[in-house]
Amino acid sequence: MMVDVPVAEVAEVELYHAKSYWTKYVFSQDAKVIAIQYGGTAVAIGLVGLVLSWLMRLQLGFPDTFAFIDATDYYQFITVHGMIMVIYLLTALFLGGFGNYLIPLMVGARDMVFPYLNMVSYWVYLCAVLILVASFFVEGGPTGAGWTLYPPQSITEGTPGSEGGIILMLVSLALFIIGFTMGGLNYVVTVLQARTRGMTLMRLPLTVWGIFVATILALLAFPALFVGCIMMTLDKLLGTSFFMPEMISLGQQLEYDGGSPILFQHLFWFFGHPEVYIVALPAFGIVSDLLAVHARKNIFGYRMMVWAIVIIGALSFVVWAHHMYVSGMHPYFGFFFATTTLIIAVPTALKVYNWVLTLWHGDIHLTQPMLFSLAFLVTFINGGITGLFLGNVTVDVPLSDTMFVVAHFHMVMGIAPLMVVFGAIYHWYPKITGRMLHEGMGKFHFWVTFLGAYTIFLPLHYIGLQGVPRRYFEFGDTAFIPDSVTTLNAFVTVVTLTVGFAQIVFFYNMWRSYKHGKVAGDNPWGATTLEWQTAETPPGHGNFGEELPLVYRWAYDFSVPGAKNDFIPQNMPPGPDTNNH
Amino acid sequence: MIVAIGLLVVLVGTVLFHVYSPWWWTPIASNWGNMDDTILLTFWITGAVFIAVMLFMVYCIYKFRHKEGRVAHYEPENTKLEVWLTSITAVGVAAMLAPGLIVWNDYVTVPEDAVEFEAIGQQWSWTFRLPGEDGKFGTVSMKDMNPDNPFGMSADDPNGQDDVLIEEDEMHLLKDQPIKALLRSVDVLHDFYVPQFRAKMDMVPGTVTYFWLTPIRTGEFEILCAELCGVGHHAMRGTVVVDEQEAYDEWLSDQATYAELVEEARIRKENETRLAMN
Repeated sequence: MMVDVPVAEVAEVELYHAKSYWTKYVFSQDAKVIAIQYGGTAVAIGLVGLVLSWLMRLQLGFPDTFAFIDATDYYQFITVHGMIMVIYLLTALFLGGFGNYLIPLMVGARDMVFPYLNMVSYWVYLCAVLILVASFFVEGGPTGAGWTLYPPQSITEGTPGSEGGIILMLVSLALFIIGFTMGGLNYVVTVLQARTRGMTLMRLPLTVWGIFVATILALLAFPALFVGCIMMTLDKLLGTSFFMPEMISLGQQLEYDGGSPILFQHLFWFFGHPEVYIVALPAFGIVSDLLAVHARKNIFGYRMMVWAIVIIGALSFVVWAHHMYVSGMHPYFGFFFATTTLIIAVPTALKVYNWVLTLWHGDIHLTQPMLFSLAFLVTFINGGITGLFLGNVTVDVPLSDTMFVVAHFHMVMGIAPLMVVFGAIYHWYPKITGRMLHEGMGKFHFWVTFLGAYTIFLPLHYIGLQGVPRRYFEFGDTAFIPDSVTTLNAFVTVVTLTVGFAQIVFFYNMWRSYKHGKVAGDNPWGATTLEWQTAETPPGHGNFGEELPLVYRWAYDFSVPGAKNDFIPQNMPPGPDTNNH
Repeated sequence: MIVAIGLLVVLVGTVLFHVYSPWWWTPIASNWGNMDDTILLTFWITGAVFIAVMLFMVYCIYKFRHKEGRVAHYEPENTKLEVWLTSITAVGVAAMLAPGLIVWNDYVTVPEDAVEFEAIGQQWSWTFRLPGEDGKFGTVSMKDMNPDNPFGMSADDPNGQDDVLIEEDEMHLLKDQPIKALLRSVDVLHDFYVPQFRAKMDMVPGTVTYFWLTPIRTGEFEILCAELCGVGHHAMRGTVVVDEQEAYDEWLSDQATYAELVEEARIRKENETRLAMN
């Protein structure tokens, strides 16, 4: 018998339009608003992380001076500082902040493909942040297990926050991952499905490539951390023994038996190493675009740059155990992971070459975004080079767990990406607000931040080389550590505070320019990508006017011979003005 | 111009700091000088790259900074150049990796004449054990650990009777004798770290990890914990003393074996009982 099934057809789906203040600015489904929410929250919690770094620097620089910092506090400061900076600031800012703002605009879409999910993503992230903050107010305070949260100590007595703090930390991480997954699916599907006509994958700006591949990495890597968190929560609350061997904690035989602490390290770093690239790849992409725009020259070797991003992303999944050379895992793993780790240096070095070759025969405008891009290059080259020390298993043995490691990862995944964050804010602030940031304040901010940050971390490598261990509340009388180390630590602390307070100028600049900055116009930098070709600035709801832009060319037609201007927007059709041959 | 000078200052400052840094590795006390050599090699190769790339950047910024009428070149890519750069980088990387792997092979291959000792970490102190004359460690277990038997020795294991138990934070090693350090932890992760030895390894509860080395000079060296192990992490210190044969023998003769300690305890207990009965 035939059943009459009605055809499931609907009229063309309109873009979601907000109807009230609440749905427009608070529970907004517009990626641009969500981007600001993500960015604002990330920066706010990042400032907490900054203050925590001041507190730990006060202790390191002036031991026995501050009665309000004891060992418990110190370990809590370093732990929460690390966690905030890596996950709640950098990951959220690059993907949730820049990703949300730039992906739809740069690929020529009206919004993300799943706007509602995108909104939920932010609110779950906010919950994760609030739970993290709440851990400061539970008994025992936040966890002080180090940002790596290695069991058994993260959940046993003798570690700060091993009661409530660690549980809130794990719950917060799990929520962060759930929230991120919602956003991440959005970014990937939007890049794959919502590009405007003519925007082929090989015409995408490198910013989008960086964020796109980083998001794929995150979607594959975060689940490892997620299960690690869940398993550790079970060990803590239900007494399972995933990571817990038979042990005696402070004279007390615990009930655990047979678990493996090293298993957690594998799960953690299977996430943790791709995480480095989850932060680095968006920075790579953004800095490529900043260099091209402000040197008025195409990015050198675009196709190689794309493939380098993809190859680095893929390789980042087979290098994780270089964080574990002295963890007690089977020593033969060292051969494999040292080899893969050093191989990853090749595509990374190629990217560096292509960045500096972009400057070659350019027309370099030393704007704020260009200055911060140059600062990125310096700090990234420096930090990348010390990665070749630590990745090479033999060299890692004496250097692991020393200040050398601290200096290395701050330079390469702290300072370098942060330079890109600043450069990107100076670059896109005019699009987001319609006003330029003040140049004089920007210059001051640049020099103090760049030179200061470099001065903080360069010497720390050398005390690490000397053997000074990391995660030490105080050094006491240690024969091989001379007094000069304490003097240096005091100096570094002073520089840290100076650089930290100089950020006030940056925030003041953002606040003041919002009202009083020079009016930017639609395309102040003469950039080619689609976000600069919107009908209004800041771009309205739906991003582009009546018609979506059509794309005719790649994102790097700068200084094309025979063309009228020194840039040709991606949506400019071929014609006499673009005549390049 | 200022920017080019600024970056040049950063470059020169970095090189000068490297050359004149008062902070450099501690004088080595083990056979792992080839680790230091690999570090030096890495410094030379990466340092050359750092200087070259930085100089190139400084030159570009100076030479191609914006001036009225300057037009950038249009050169999307240069495959030949990129292949060259990739190849040179690959050679440089291989030049660092190969020696690194050779030294690692030495590090994980314990020589046959290495004698064993055991270092045990717990929050926040060190203890040590030697296998005694039979060269074999007796079985230990967490279940047997208590204040009277801090090492958790099994009373009925014959291999354990002559084990030398050192329940203090000072350990002695014999100069020029290859040793294999067996590392155990009774609670959380620790890491046996003597900067002058270069070697280090985590101690993981539930398993035994190891490394080996040959002490090459006498002296007293500090043992630090290099894996965060709770609030007392920074205070978890010990000492390792490298002796010539004579001093080592003297130290060893002062140490008690498990059997002797059990005997001592038995006598002490008997005396206590007798006192109590009187």
